[in-house]
Amino acid sequence: MDRPIRVVVAKPGLDGHDRGAKVVARALRDAGMEVIYTGLRQTPEQIAETAIQEDADCVAMSILSGAHNHLFPKVVNLLREKGADDILVVGGGVIPEDDIPGLIEAGIAGIFTPGTPTSVTIDFIKNNIKRK
Amino acid sequence: MDIKAGLLNNDKRAAARLISMMENGEPEAVQIIKECYNMTGHARIIGITGPPGVGKSTVTDKLAKQLRKEGKQVGIVAVDPTSPFTGGAILGDRVRMADLNNDPGVFIRSMGTRGALGGLSKAVHGAVKVLDILGMDYIFIETVGVGQSEIDIVKLADTVIMVMVPGLGDDIQAIKAGIMEIGDIFAVNKSDRDDAERTAAEIEAMLDFNRDEEYRPPVLNIIARDSKGIEKLLELVEKHWEYENRSGSYKKKKLNRVRAEIMDIFRDEVMKTLYSISENTNIINELAQKVMDKQMDPYSAADRLIDEFTNNQRNN
Repeated sequence: MDRPIRVVVAKPGLDGHDRGAKVVARALRDAGMEVIYTGLRQTPEQIAETAIQEDADCVAMSILSGAHNHLFPKVVNLLREKGADDILVVGGGVIPEDDIPGLIEAGIAGIFTPGTPTSVTIDFIKNNIKRK
Repeated sequence: MDIKAGLLNNDKRAAARLISMMENGEPEAVQIIKECYNMTGHARIIGITGPPGVGKSTVTDKLAKQLRKEGKQVGIVAVDPTSPFTGGAILGDRVRMADLNNDPGVFIRSMGTRGALGGLSKAVHGAVKVLDILGMDYIFIETVGVGQSEIDIVKLADTVIMVMVPGLGDDIQAIKAGIMEIGDIFAVNKSDRDDAERTAAEIEAMLDFNRDEEYRPPVLNIIARDSKGIEKLLELVEKHWEYENRSGSYKKKKLNRVRAEIMDIFRDEVMKTLYSISENTNIINELAQKVMDKQMDPYSAADRLIDEFTNNQRNN
């Protein structure tokens, strides 16, 4: 593939901690990806719309507030509604182990909790984006 | 997905995909643009440029919001630099435009410079055409603000707003790098800072010094964060547009723009052919070896390559 992978890195919900998102954004950039960084406090609607306008291959979201069970699936559903279910959705942040199976079930392809080496996230995105 | 049908149906997803295809230089994308070319020419194109950190994204955001109040459809192409080392990029202009994400009358596209031969200007050309076909009334091109390729992109615009801030350095900075030549309107942002009036006065003085044309670019103090001066800035954009049309300078500019575009596309095709010659034959290596061995000079080698190129064109 000649073109760079395009990833929207987003912070849904109300928590203001974007260090993790920024670290991931930088790592993805250094892996040769084009990272569209949206900033804090985005609604699921804003994130889905951004992913569509930017023709993203992947949406990577970070939540530290505990609202992941509500907000992550909402983004997946909005993308489906807009006919954009070929966009890979991954999530990260402070997410209890018990919640992960439910999130995967809801269509979030991968969940990366604190301590995950950035190379794991990078490889996961490279290997799982649906459009070549 | 049928991209062309989607585009004509105002489907944002199709438009977004087409922009990527143009960016990646896919021939199918060019074909679609060819077929829809007659639909371009509706949108007003506004370039926003200036040094890093002066508030270009914020100015764009506020101008877009003002135009939305007037019911206009707004497209934004925001360019950020690509790392020449990894090919990656952080495209962060959306951070300042967060409230526009959800507005159905707005389409924002972020773009990395990617650094390929003239590639950016072609990609921006492509994105602007797609947004034009999509029916946008205004299209903003926001650039990184440094370097020759930026100036090329800005030349795409009907009106160029040069954003500056107080305290960027002495007036010598303003003489550098063609800044004064490309602005149609100068906006001194962050004008709640000290020295805002002085910065504006310095720009005025530079303009007196540089220009002998009939149109004198206006200089305006604004505070984009607080939306101060934004309405006035839009008025100046309209005034510039009126002047361009009245004086016939728009037609001249547009003709030059199309000329430059044809030459760009042509150059691109020539380079593509040249690359395929170098991939399919060993001629460039052989010529290089001859030049190395002093059996030939590089100028004659290039002449040989031109012969090869012409033959190649004839055979195709």
